[in-house]
Amino acid sequence: MTVGIVIVSHSPDVAKGAADMVRQMVGTDVPLGFCGGNPDGGLGTSVEKILAAIDAAWSEDGVAILVDLGGAETNSEMAIEMLPAERQGKIVICNAPVVEGAVMAATEAWGGGTLAEVKRTAEELAAQ
Amino acid sequence: MGLPLEPLLDTVAARIIAAADELTALDSAIGDADHGLNMKRGCEAVLADKAAILAKPQGEALKAIGMALVMKVGGASGPLYGTLFMTLGKELPEAPTTDDAARALAAAVLALKARGKADFDNKTMLDVLGPVADHLASGTATFESVRTLAAARAEATIPMKAIKGRASFLGERSIGHMDPGARSSQIMIEAVCDVLEGKA
Repeated sequence: MTVGIVIVSHSPDVAKGAADMVRQMVGTDVPLGFCGGNPDGGLGTSVEKILAAIDAAWSEDGVAILVDLGGAETNSEMAIEMLPAERQGKIVICNAPVVEGAVMAATEAWGGGTLAEVKRTAEELAAQ
Repeated sequence: MGLPLEPLLDTVAARIIAAADELTALDSAIGDADHGLNMKRGCEAVLADKAAILAKPQGEALKAIGMALVMKVGGASGPLYGTLFMTLGKELPEAPTTDDAARALAAAVLALKARGKADFDNKTMLDVLGPVADHLASGTATFESVRTLAAARAEATIPMKAIKGRASFLGERSIGHMDPGARSSQIMIEAVCDVLEGKA
């Protein structure tokens, strides 16, 4: 089992594209969920879709979420709060660019990194 | 007597839906041009679920409105307005006095600050809701004074520089435009005043 990765973008295409890039790096060894688009499918984010993506990527080792812009983060925080307490403590939102962060985080997860290590690796990008 | 939830819900939703184009235009100036559409989607979801919402006790009904907005709005305003209504549902007694309303709104303002990691003068809905909560607590509030204050506070976001949300990417260029969230908050407050005063 490795840490799972969730990609949340305003754009379904960006989320899918970032997920493709993650898969290219780590294949199917890392649990991966992704979503984009508002409840009508337009640009935006949806708590319901984020909950489903977290579920798809669920790992007892934890889940790292990569988000693009404001609403993706706020809706991800809301989604996390709606989960049972024992899951909430195993999910982090990374302060990192969504595409690069997802690939870096997944690579660290694939290598056996803990949730904290995965988050730190993704966030090293933000410091550059 | 409890709050007249059905007319409140109908009027707030109708006014927001009617203002969708205006809100989207405001958001197009300094954001991603979706605030009106998102709020319209959220309000339509609440209206579609109205019978089930109104069948609940008042506090639970307000929380259900908040949850519908969280699930359906699709932008940051979903969790923000969701938090507002869920906090009001938690804090408002069955037959609230003005003091009760002030306390509940003040609690919602605190919750919104945490949810949006924002503060006053960041050019957000807080710049309307915070002063209205304070005014309600002052003991001098009338429907007219609340409406006037909310309108003035929405106007007051025009010269502000955005610190939060996508408008903050514009830096100085966010100055000169009303914040769409401040405007939608003002519309809701005005609708609530109109219903409670019997004018809507």
